[in-house]
Amino acid sequence: MGATSNASPAPLNSALSSFPSLKALKFTTKQQELLIRVSALALIYVLAFVVRLFSVLRYESMIHEFDPYFNYRTTLFLTKNGFSEFWNWFDSESWYPLGRIIGGTLYPGLMVTAALIHRILHFFSFAVHIREVCVLTAPFFASNTTLVAYFFGKEIWDSGAGLVAAALIAICPGYISRSVAGSYDNEGVAIFALLLTFYLFVKAVNTGSLAWSLASAFGYFYMVSAWGGYVFIINLVPLYVLVLLVTGRYSMRLYVAYNCMYVVGMLLAMQIRFVGFQHVQSGEHMAAMGVFFLLQVFYFLDWVKYILNDIKLFHSFLRITLTCAITVGVLALSIGTASGYISPWTGRFYSLLDPTYAKDHIPIIASVSEHQPTAWSSFMFDFHILLFLFPAGLYFCFKRLSDATIFVVMYGLTSMYFAGVMVRLILVAAPAMCLVSSIAVSATVKNLSSLVRAKSKSPQGSGKPLSGSKAAAKASADQSLPFQKNGAIALLLGALYLLCRYAIHCTWVTSEAYSSPSIVLAARGHGGGRVIFDDYREAYYWLRQNTPPDAKVMSWWDYGYQITAMGNRTVIVDNNTWNNTHIATVGRAMSSYEHEAYEIMLSLDVNYVLVVFGGVTGYSSDDINKFLWMVRIGGGVFPVIKEPDYLVNGEFRVDKGAAPKMLNCLMYKLCYYRFGEMTTEYGKPPGYDRVRGVEIGNKDIKLEYLEEAFTTSNWIVRIYKVKPPKNRW
Amino acid sequence: MECRLPFSLVVFCLVILSSTVRSELVISSVEKFVDLHSHIVRVVSFLKVENQGPYDVSEFVLAFPDAQAKNLATMLVIYLEEGKIIYSEFPINSTKPKLKQSNMTFYPVTLPKKLEKGKTAGLDVYVVLTNLLKPLPKEITQAESQLLVYTDNIYYTSPYHIRNQSIVFRLPGRIESYSEYSEMRLVESELRYGPFEEQPPFSYSPVVVHFENNNSFAVASNFVQEIEISHWGNVQVTEQYTIIHGGAHLKNGFSRIDYQANPSMSGASSFRTLVARLPPMSHSVYYRDEIGNISTSHLRGDSQGTQLEMELRFPMFGGWKISFSIGYSLPLHDFLFESDAGNNVLNITFGSSIEEIVVENQIVRVVLPQGSKDISVKSRFTTKKSQELKYSHLDIVGRPVVVLEKDNVVPEHKRYFQVYIYYKFNNIFLLGKAMMLILGIFLLFLICILYMHADLALSKTSSWEEETEGRK
Repeated sequence: MGATSNASPAPLNSALSSFPSLKALKFTTKQQELLIRVSALALIYVLAFVVRLFSVLRYESMIHEFDPYFNYRTTLFLTKNGFSEFWNWFDSESWYPLGRIIGGTLYPGLMVTAALIHRILHFFSFAVHIREVCVLTAPFFASNTTLVAYFFGKEIWDSGAGLVAAALIAICPGYISRSVAGSYDNEGVAIFALLLTFYLFVKAVNTGSLAWSLASAFGYFYMVSAWGGYVFIINLVPLYVLVLLVTGRYSMRLYVAYNCMYVVGMLLAMQIRFVGFQHVQSGEHMAAMGVFFLLQVFYFLDWVKYILNDIKLFHSFLRITLTCAITVGVLALSIGTASGYISPWTGRFYSLLDPTYAKDHIPIIASVSEHQPTAWSSFMFDFHILLFLFPAGLYFCFKRLSDATIFVVMYGLTSMYFAGVMVRLILVAAPAMCLVSSIAVSATVKNLSSLVRAKSKSPQGSGKPLSGSKAAAKASADQSLPFQKNGAIALLLGALYLLCRYAIHCTWVTSEAYSSPSIVLAARGHGGGRVIFDDYREAYYWLRQNTPPDAKVMSWWDYGYQITAMGNRTVIVDNNTWNNTHIATVGRAMSSYEHEAYEIMLSLDVNYVLVVFGGVTGYSSDDINKFLWMVRIGGGVFPVIKEPDYLVNGEFRVDKGAAPKMLNCLMYKLCYYRFGEMTTEYGKPPGYDRVRGVEIGNKDIKLEYLEEAFTTSNWIVRIYKVKPPKNRW
Repeated sequence: MECRLPFSLVVFCLVILSSTVRSELVISSVEKFVDLHSHIVRVVSFLKVENQGPYDVSEFVLAFPDAQAKNLATMLVIYLEEGKIIYSEFPINSTKPKLKQSNMTFYPVTLPKKLEKGKTAGLDVYVVLTNLLKPLPKEITQAESQLLVYTDNIYYTSPYHIRNQSIVFRLPGRIESYSEYSEMRLVESELRYGPFEEQPPFSYSPVVVHFENNNSFAVASNFVQEIEISHWGNVQVTEQYTIIHGGAHLKNGFSRIDYQANPSMSGASSFRTLVARLPPMSHSVYYRDEIGNISTSHLRGDSQGTQLEMELRFPMFGGWKISFSIGYSLPLHDFLFESDAGNNVLNITFGSSIEEIVVENQIVRVVLPQGSKDISVKSRFTTKKSQELKYSHLDIVGRPVVVLEKDNVVPEHKRYFQVYIYYKFNNIFLLGKAMMLILGIFLLFLICILYMHADLALSKTSSWEEETEGRK
């Protein structure tokens, strides 16, 4: 919005001021270019918003998936009770009986942003519901991201590249996957903040201006308040500074930009309670501090070099200073680590550096599907032609090396690595891919079009070599004239075709893959019509309406946020997996025999147990398929649970050949209770599980300590009531 | 208790009889029909009243036991003379029970025309009662049918002498048990007691009917209707319901497989759908609850009205609760008229659009356009009235809201009860918001233009930068 309205009055003004003479309506070339640029940008801005509305049109204005429900719930609380209440909120509805200090364990940026937008709209007396604000926050910020991408592209290359970058990022599936309407998650805001911080920092490095640097510190603060991914910034920026130092590109501009950004950004970031003193205490943030001190040493040396004119003297001084600095640094780090002042790297951080780490040590991280290493197909799916344009863009960057292009190259390469390690980090790589690719597209198209235009004009006119000395040189050299022109046209058409394919692919991916709320499931019916499975909400609403308000619900942690947000009931564990032992206890209960599980459930005051079962509909991400993770996580803390007990020759089975412990554990019983009487598919025996494709092994399930309380219409969610303990006499 | 009751009644009625002239009236015949098809009890009594006294009589007294009077939702009395309808009125609520003593409540009905001595007239009394059907047993499993008990006086409760009377119970299905009397007949689903001859005033003898009734027992414990008037030509109605299945509670949990395998046998007492009859020309209908849209509904429209068939998120069993809201838009010209005095008259129907539902507490909020003045409400029944303000899109002073509240609302209210709201509104206010928007956008452009022309830089060139570059 800002840029559109800022820039548009310029042609408007000139037209208005000389209104009487119609001749003035004829724009100069520069004005035309500005008008085209601004209107293109405005269109891109709208496009980025509109393309993310598939889910609203196809389903409804609703919050998607798992984590967004927590964000929505907290935002609701924030708008109702105000910021100070929110900041001090102790939530007793989750992690029963431990509870959760919400203010101290979340990144408040997203909620505060949505609440602020809501407040502003209400100030201008637009009575919109907070839900609509939450649903549309992500698309709104995606639109803003396109603007940042434009300015970023302009900063590192030229305004043409900026426009292409804005267009590419507006529809890049890797980014859309986390920013469709309704996916009200930290990432939606954070990518905007990330790119903004980078842009402002690059701008600060380019200008050496304190103002830009300060702005980037505030961008960093916003990023810290919004997403844990800020660690990427606080490591990439020092790395970038280090590279500049090593390549001999140290300048005063860099000194000012980094110091200001680091110091102010760090102080600001400490205001977020969840981050606190991590900037000076945690191993993940030490690189930034090290580079900060290194920069001071560098500046000092530079100054000494300036004072001393003797090279020899300076070299010996250099040696001493470097040795001292390194010794002090290493000493400080080792003492800090040994004394426990500096915390070691967290598991999540380790798993980024070593992709196999989580699998061996932290099953709870490895169990999340979005933490899996990325497959090649999903790279292709999420980036499409960007994957090929990226190396080309790198080539152009290296050809015109500057501080800014070095930054974007480093951003691209590191984020590509992280995207390869974890699926969800494709998101971080998406802006870098778009930026680098935009350079490739812009530079190529510019070269080609200048070729084409040079030929179409009179031969003696040298045309207008816009950029790329090579193209200009070729044009003036006049070698194999018709062939070159045709080739250029063909290549231009090829590029156009590729970009069209990209646009088509992105739209298709958005509509097919990324616009499902995953709360409401849709499938094709027999008649070709759409069948909707609204079982989740059916179950959660039943919990909300027909259970006592203080009932505690035990389920696998995936559904925790949804139960508290939609069911409004207390849960034992939820998606904020901060306490592994507690989750392991639930995993243990699910994988124990009923009477053992009953003891655990009584000790946790559980009233209801909720399981998700896809055997009737063929919904494959159900609890039976997740069951081995429960066993693993439970077994990680309680060695009574052993994974081999549930496997037969290393194979996970639910049919007659399944392990006896499997056939009698709580999860199996709850999922398949009375399923043996049910015919799911014509021509198959009763009790045929459509997900696993087998007839279940235990059809005669009797429940002793629990009773069926509710099952949804497609059996996807089943809720059981825990019977009160029997009287002893 | 039941033995003592008639005695006390007799004593009491003697007190009354001695002090008034009502004793001169005699009911020559009463036929009472009790309809027990749904959870709302509808009683129609056809009375023939004879004036045997020396004077003309202008008042007739209806008597109800307290248990019934407490749950009396509405009453309609039709006065016939020589077979012609002379007058009908709704005395309940408009005339509060004047006499109330011991366990009887009396509703004096002022006759529109004096009943001359020796003459006979007809009185048809239509009474709607709620909360009188009690489930027995109180808890049933999913497979069982719901059984209800209805208790009444076998004789027509009246302060007058009755020569000839009979009572008929119309039942929805199987009958489990009933009180045995010598004069009785059970034909299919109709249970008839009587005729009973020459009964003194306040005769009492209990009759109990225990029968099967699986009709949907929907009780809205809370119903808020918001009617928002826009003088651009639209009425937006939002209805919020909290509905409880008021029948026998479910025990032993709900089994989906039994419910799916044989829905007619299993879960007979539950209901899955509710039907709302919306006014004709309804459009933009929605049906949702706190956690989102409910996708299972059907909308059928015809000239009589629009029918919204709502499938609830889950089947409702005894004791279960659900809340949801529906909304629709209507054209304004069907509801808004101009009175002679230049007032706007809004004519709304009171009551829920859902068929066959008891509303325990209904709140109607009529949101009038911003700038409405001189608001007055006229209704034919008593409600709690209050006024408040609501702020919606682009409101500055807020919209006046007329709030009407009433307990125990049944479908009959919708049929007969109208509310008229008078207010003054100047149509010039309609342009206010459009002007506000235009002004706002104009200001935005103005700021942009000013910003583009203003030079906010402190210095034209950054001398500092040159300096550092020079040092390098």
